[in-house]
Amino acid sequence: MKSGSNLERVLEAGHFAVTAECGPPRGADPDKVLQKAQFVKGNVDACNVTDNQTSVVRMSSLAGCMLVQQSGTEPLLQMVVRDRNRIALQSDLLGASALGVRNLLCLSGDHQKFGDDPQAKNVFDIDSIQLIHLTKTMRDEGIFPSGDKLEGAPKFYIGCAVNPFADPFEIRVPRLKLKVDAGADFVQTQCIYNMDKFKRYMEETKRQGLHEKVKILAGVTPLKSAGMAKFMNRMVAGIEIPEDIIKRIADEPKEKQAAKGIEICIEQIQEVKEMEGIAGVHVMAIEWEEKLNEIIGGAGLLPRPVVEH
Amino acid sequence: MITGTPKPIDEILEMLEPYDNIILAGCFGCVTVCRVGGDKEVQILASTIRLAREARGKKIDIKEVCLERQCDPEYLEPMRPYVEDYQAVLSIACGAGIQFLAEKFTRTPLLPGINTGFLGVTERQGEWTERCQGCGDCVLHLTGGICPVTRCAKSIFHGPCGGSVQGKCEVDKEVQCGWQLIIDRLVALDQMDNYVKLKPYKGWDSSRDGGPRRILREDMI
Repeated sequence: MKSGSNLERVLEAGHFAVTAECGPPRGADPDKVLQKAQFVKGNVDACNVTDNQTSVVRMSSLAGCMLVQQSGTEPLLQMVVRDRNRIALQSDLLGASALGVRNLLCLSGDHQKFGDDPQAKNVFDIDSIQLIHLTKTMRDEGIFPSGDKLEGAPKFYIGCAVNPFADPFEIRVPRLKLKVDAGADFVQTQCIYNMDKFKRYMEETKRQGLHEKVKILAGVTPLKSAGMAKFMNRMVAGIEIPEDIIKRIADEPKEKQAAKGIEICIEQIQEVKEMEGIAGVHVMAIEWEEKLNEIIGGAGLLPRPVVEH
Repeated sequence: MITGTPKPIDEILEMLEPYDNIILAGCFGCVTVCRVGGDKEVQILASTIRLAREARGKKIDIKEVCLERQCDPEYLEPMRPYVEDYQAVLSIACGAGIQFLAEKFTRTPLLPGINTGFLGVTERQGEWTERCQGCGDCVLHLTGGICPVTRCAKSIFHGPCGGSVQGKCEVDKEVQCGWQLIIDRLVALDQMDNYVKLKPYKGWDSSRDGGPRRILREDMI
């Protein structure tokens, strides 16, 4: 075991893994996290805690992880390289590991332009792929990147995000290979709606044997309404929601659109579960955590397996 | 070249408020080429300031000069005999030139008349874009001649990030994604093997992060 995390144990035992995410609040109220964590508990193998997503200032990811952990769910620390140089990254990795966080997701971070403080100075000292490499060096070699020996190596199951639909499409798989070469153990994908395109991505991934080197968790996001689908199509980079999905939701009366969105999400989970090379699902029920049990249960993925150390 | 943009006239007038005789100094270097600080701009700005001050009933005497370069000591010396006859110098050279004037003429306040921009190129008349951040460790041979430090909004070495959409950057739909440009060029050059290599962490110590920099060429001293 590289980290001994629950997520790693579940995946290594060959189970179809489930993760979800909690966005920390825009304030210091711990109850906001604890409430979300209650909806997550028992439904997932680990729960991502986002790191100032879209550059909007929120409670820190590590603090959110601690609250999720307290409430009985294994946390997965998201860490962006936008706000921390390599000194802060290393320090936070050591601190997170010391506090018992065992899963890490290495990300670039949205540009600060999108958030509260568009005039902020960004960092990007190293990039997200180099953060994977940095973490693996510390974990596996027990040294800092500078070469000095660590007093206790951090233990992380190292993840990265991929967007199978971002431009340019032809470098999507080479990019995944870069992340695997850097040391990624698992991948969580951007939300998938265009299954045909995702299948093409997976064919190329399998052709290169990458699915055997890294655990791929397919990302899904339930759509609350046809309006949300259209908004995401328009506003979120690399999201492609096919017209037929939007139409299925739009054909329902307003009050039944959310239920249809959940039904479609369950179908999507079942579809990716049957794909060769998909090791799990990452359910991003954005500000809709109360539906996680219904979605994950509906997909036949409950109860979650218990894999002993 | 080093580019720049004029400061708003109101900001300049505010800076000049305490003074009634000044030198307005242009530069025949980069700022002439990008039409923000040459002799022509000196004349136009001087007239604008005079008119504005006259309109307020507070006349100002302006000596107009344009130096060969404000970043070379030999071209500053000719100002020395008369610089202290004036209360301040308003310079429309780049930040380097303005500072050099301030260092050489320590008893005279120096005022910036432009906002210095970036190391860039002329796309067409009236449009300049950035190409180089002077990071001190060039990798253009590996990236198809396109700089990831400058052309990528995140200066990342393994791009593009998830914000690249149809060749455009997430920060602005008018800005091309630097990594899309790099990939297109690597494909055209049949050099995509450069793309799939892991790059070492960038040493920013040769950039501004190492503190103000100095180039010392022993062979020339």
